[in-house]
Amino acid sequence: MSKTITIDGLEIPFQEGQTIMDAAIDADIYIPHLCHNPDYEPHGSCKLCTVKVNGRNCSACTFPATEGQDIINNSDDLAHNRKRITQMLFVEGNHFCPSCEKTGNCQLQGVAYYLDMHDNHFPHFFTNRKMDASHPDILIDHNRCIFCNLCVRASQEKDHKNVFAISGRGINKRLIINSRSGQLKDSDIDLHDCAAHICPTGAILIKRTGYQVPIGQRIYDQQKIDEVALAKENKHHGR
Amino acid sequence: MQTFTQSTIDKHKASPVQLLQILRDIQAEYQHISAEAIEMVATALNIARTQIISVIEFYSFLHASPTGKYDLLISDSITDHMLGKQNLMTYFASQLNVSIGELRADGLVSLNNTSCSGMCDQGPAGLVNGYALTHLDRQRIDAIAQLIEQQIPIKQWPAEFFTVNDNIYQTDLLLQEPIESGAALKARYQRGLTETLTEIDISGLRGRGGAGFKTAMKWRFCSEEAETERYVVCNADEGEPGTFKDRVLLNSYAHQVFEGMTVCASIIGATQGFLYLRGEYLHLYDKLENILQERRSSGLLGNNILHQDFNFDIEIRLGCGAYICGEESALIESLEGKRGIPRNRPPYPVAQGYLHKPTVVNNVETFLAAAKITVQGGQWFADVGTEQSQGTKILSVSGDCARPGIYEYPFGVTVEQVLDDCGALDVLGIQVGGPSGTFIDKQEIQRKLAFEDLATGGSFIIFNQSRNILDIVKNFTHFFAHESCGFCTPCRVGTSLLKKQLDKITDGYGSAGDVVALEELCQLVKNNSHCGLGQTAANPILSTLERYPEFYQQQLKDISYEPGFDLDASLATARRLANRDDAGAHLTQVGED
Repeated sequence: MSKTITIDGLEIPFQEGQTIMDAAIDADIYIPHLCHNPDYEPHGSCKLCTVKVNGRNCSACTFPATEGQDIINNSDDLAHNRKRITQMLFVEGNHFCPSCEKTGNCQLQGVAYYLDMHDNHFPHFFTNRKMDASHPDILIDHNRCIFCNLCVRASQEKDHKNVFAISGRGINKRLIINSRSGQLKDSDIDLHDCAAHICPTGAILIKRTGYQVPIGQRIYDQQKIDEVALAKENKHHGR
Repeated sequence: MQTFTQSTIDKHKASPVQLLQILRDIQAEYQHISAEAIEMVATALNIARTQIISVIEFYSFLHASPTGKYDLLISDSITDHMLGKQNLMTYFASQLNVSIGELRADGLVSLNNTSCSGMCDQGPAGLVNGYALTHLDRQRIDAIAQLIEQQIPIKQWPAEFFTVNDNIYQTDLLLQEPIESGAALKARYQRGLTETLTEIDISGLRGRGGAGFKTAMKWRFCSEEAETERYVVCNADEGEPGTFKDRVLLNSYAHQVFEGMTVCASIIGATQGFLYLRGEYLHLYDKLENILQERRSSGLLGNNILHQDFNFDIEIRLGCGAYICGEESALIESLEGKRGIPRNRPPYPVAQGYLHKPTVVNNVETFLAAAKITVQGGQWFADVGTEQSQGTKILSVSGDCARPGIYEYPFGVTVEQVLDDCGALDVLGIQVGGPSGTFIDKQEIQRKLAFEDLATGGSFIIFNQSRNILDIVKNFTHFFAHESCGFCTPCRVGTSLLKKQLDKITDGYGSAGDVVALEELCQLVKNNSHCGLGQTAANPILSTLERYPEFYQQQLKDISYEPGFDLDASLATARRLANRDDAGAHLTQVGED
């Protein structure tokens, strides 16, 4: 007999070694997330996937599922906090959706739609971040980086390189490039690397591919992020 | 450059876990770590240059661009402020002709702030090239400025500038009589492994860092892990502002602390231990190394300890200025030569700690107590204190009192008793447990220091009626924003937002709704952050907001909305560009009738 956990009153099975997020995805339950991608080691930093496990806040993407856990994923409180955390990410960087090539395909934006976010709530930091357009094929706009660490993990785990790293402390956190000059053009990155395509926002873009799909016809223009995420992350979704 | 850098790399066996120690050496020699040095270390240690850059940017005492040949850091602890730090800092800057946070053009001197340096009982305090300076005053600053201008090496400066006193005023079970070196280890082997652990269990000893996990349970969990390579770590990264007891314990009771670690190692089966010493206590380093050497010579450390076929050694690793490294999993990351980012838990360090091997991390005071319990037996300790908090607690008392220093009491002592003993008059309130603890009002002095009531890692800062509560809260809130590691969103962005929102209110730009917004933000940061730093960063605001809401409300303007900046002042540039200064070129924020 398989072991089970309960999410919002629904009993679902899990395999030993799975996190709450893994079990939820398998059961076709969406828990909002940005730094998590099932193809990579869980990171647990964005805190969007915070759920209540037996009354205690835990990150679903890193917390192991254990028999009998009573988990709350959908509540007004959690939804409100998730919205606030998303707003924090918006004010920390410089996100101007209407002028961003990623608009409509951006997970940060998709999550914001899903959480019914209509304003930034918090004061902006207006931080001064640079762009790195040095590479012939790949552009980095640090203004849009949310420190999900996915490019770092993709480069290490899938590309077996070490192109990206997180540096700085606290609010001075920043994404750095592993090259002598610090520029992307001098790094080991290749256009076909997973790391070049993993960014959930518009921080890492491929040059000369912009605006091929008109705004209005893009992913989150048409579908909510819960549907999109489950379709991608759950093999049995929709069956 | 190459010869020195190569020699420090060699000294540390080109081991990646020694990265912080290597970078400390290079920083001390060249006042920064150059791009060239980064490349050299990366190649020698076979790690990515980005790991080195990220470590340099993470720790306050490491720099990629040069600091002064004399690098002065002045402690920013609230207690230093209460002793006139701000004035002294300005005076220092003017005497040395250097701006705060900058390097003087000739490269001779740099001056900056640093988080609490652990000298709250003898401030205003600071650090020069990492070495602790105490009792700073104008006279001393004049002398220091002169020594610097004459480029006198620090080793030749007057010794009294660097004098650090213990200031022990109240002793009890632990401080009264240190054990004789080796006594705990002998008792441990006479009694046996299980029996010794049982005594630790009977004693009821709980972790003295503040969290209060049962020590015997931690040691047992670690010893039961399947993996047999295990480690003992002593957490001497005492960064909580207002705490300095570990400094005293390591200065005067180090033998007993090391003995506690050794007893632990013999129980859990470890062969290697580490003392993670905060960088601010560099002045203790040589002394502690000598004590370790002494212990090796007397057969209490090293190979075949007490002829029991037991091998264990202790290595001292210095931190580089990061409060977060007091969190045990961040400390372990730091020990491994990385940025101090708290790990996801589970797994806990007892299962997967240093190098992902089972590791016991305990506070300095915990090891000190464990050593004596091993000699005296568990009941001796359990007889003292309260039901859930056995034994004694060593407090670091500072702030407005006649005798700031170290006080040891049985758990359950009232706040009032401590205030009486240290000579505190005209008390306004007390910060118990440091900024991450609780601010209590003078009405609450009957409350008890114990896990049942006011849990504390030992910081006890007293404020008299002349102090402004919002100044205190501001200092603490800025501290957390500065020390947030930046890993998780709620703490990284949240602590900076807390700082902005609090400053908006205290600077007089707050309006109706801003206190409510502040409180909401506090709850968000508290409930969603990854580790204890973020979970407690809002405590200074929350605990004072609960007790003194009127102080916050009084700061608010009597209008429904006020921008978080001076509207008219922001137009100054525009006025200058337009060459106008007439009434129409000014804006005023009008209050509601």
